[in-house]
Amino acid sequence: MTTPSQTVGPFFPQALVGKDGPLVVPLGTPGAVWIRGRVFDGADQPVPGVLIESWQTEGFGRTLTDAQGAWALHTVKAPYVVLSIAASGLLDRLVARVHFEEPQLAGVDPDRLHTLVARATDDGYAFDIHLQGPHETVFFAV
Amino acid sequence: MSLRWPPYKSTLLRAPLREPVPLPHNDLHWAVFGDRPVGELEHDLTRGHDGEPLGERIIVHGTVTDATGKPLPHTLVEVWQANSAGRYAHAADRHPAPLDPNFSGVGRCMTNADGEYRFVTIRPGAYPWRNHENAWRPAHIHFSLFGRAFSQRLITQMYFPGDPLFEKDPILMWVPDEAARSRLVAQFDLSATEPEWALAYRFDIVLGATPMEQPS
Ligand SMILES: [Fe+2]
Repeated sequence: MTTPSQTVGPFFPQALVGKDGPLVVPLGTPGAVWIRGRVFDGADQPVPGVLIESWQTEGFGRTLTDAQGAWALHTVKAPYVVLSIAASGLLDRLVARVHFEEPQLAGVDPDRLHTLVARATDDGYAFDIHLQGPHETVFFAV
Repeated sequence: MSLRWPPYKSTLLRAPLREPVPLPHNDLHWAVFGDRPVGELEHDLTRGHDGEPLGERIIVHGTVTDATGKPLPHTLVEVWQANSAGRYAHAADRHPAPLDPNFSGVGRCMTNADGEYRFVTIRPGAYPWRNHENAWRPAHIHFSLFGRAFSQRLITQMYFPGDPLFEKDPILMWVPDEAARSRLVAQFDLSATEPEWALAYRFDIVLGATPMEQPS
C-alpha cells in the first residue's frame, strides 16, 4: 500500500525552490516565454504560498505564489505544460495543464476547456488557476 | 479520498468541487526533477550553522520503494520541519516560540543504490494553528519525493509514534483507515540509534507503481 499524501502546509521553504527554480530554461534562451498567473480560492481571493511545479520534456520548474497569489515560470512552449499544484488547504496535489490553444480533450466538458488555455501577453502567456467557483480550472487525476 | 474535508477548514474554499479528469497515460513518463546536485551535508540539518541546534538530535531513515516493493535508487528526498520549539524558520510562521539561529529545518538527500535515505536532524516540536479551538499539530517532518515519474510525486508528513495529538489532528485524520494512517507514523528504531549521540526513527515510504518503460 502506498504512503498517503498530506498537505504541503504553509511553510514550504524558499530554499527548496531556489533562485533558479522558476527557470525551466535559462534566461536568454531563444523562444523562451514567461507563463504568469495567479491562484484564486472559491471566494475569489488570492492564495499565497502555493507550490507550483511544471513538468515537460524540456525540463522542470518550481515556484511559490506571493502574497497576491502570483507566480511565474520561464519556459519554452510545448504542446502543453503540466502543472502540479500543492498548498495549505489541499490534502493532495492537483494536476493542471497549460495549453496554448484550445485542445480537443475527451472527458472534459467543452464549456470548461477554456480554463486550460493560456492567454498571450507581452512577454509570454497568462494562466490563472481557480481552485473553485464558476471558472474552476479543469484538474486531472493521475 | 475527497479533498473537501470540513474538519480542516481551509479545504472548504480550496478543494476543487468538480471531479478530476483522468490524465492521458503518456503524461506519466516525463522527465523527473533531481538534477540539482545534492551537497554532501544537506542530509544533516544539524550542520551548516555556527553552532548546534537545540533539541533532541535524531536520525530519520528508511527505504523508498514503489508499490510493488521495488526499491527506488537515486531519487530525491526533501524534508522541512519546525525547530524543537515548534517554530519554522519561515516568514509566514507567527507562532510566538523562539527561532533557533542554528536551525533552518531544511534538508535534501538522494536515495542510495538500495533505495535508502538517511537524515540527521532534531525532533521538531508540536505547534498551534488556528483551525479550531486549541488546535495543535502533532510533531511532524514534511517530506517531498519525486520517484521515477510524474505519477509518483508525493508530498506527505512523517509523525512520531504514540503522539497524543493524532486523534485531534484533522490533517492526519483525513486518511480514513487506521492502517493507512500508520504508514505516516515512523517507528522507533533502536538498531539505527548511535550510542551517546542520537536516537533513530525508521520511516519507509511507498510511492505509486513505477510506470513501464515507454517503448521507443
Ligand atoms: Fe508543518
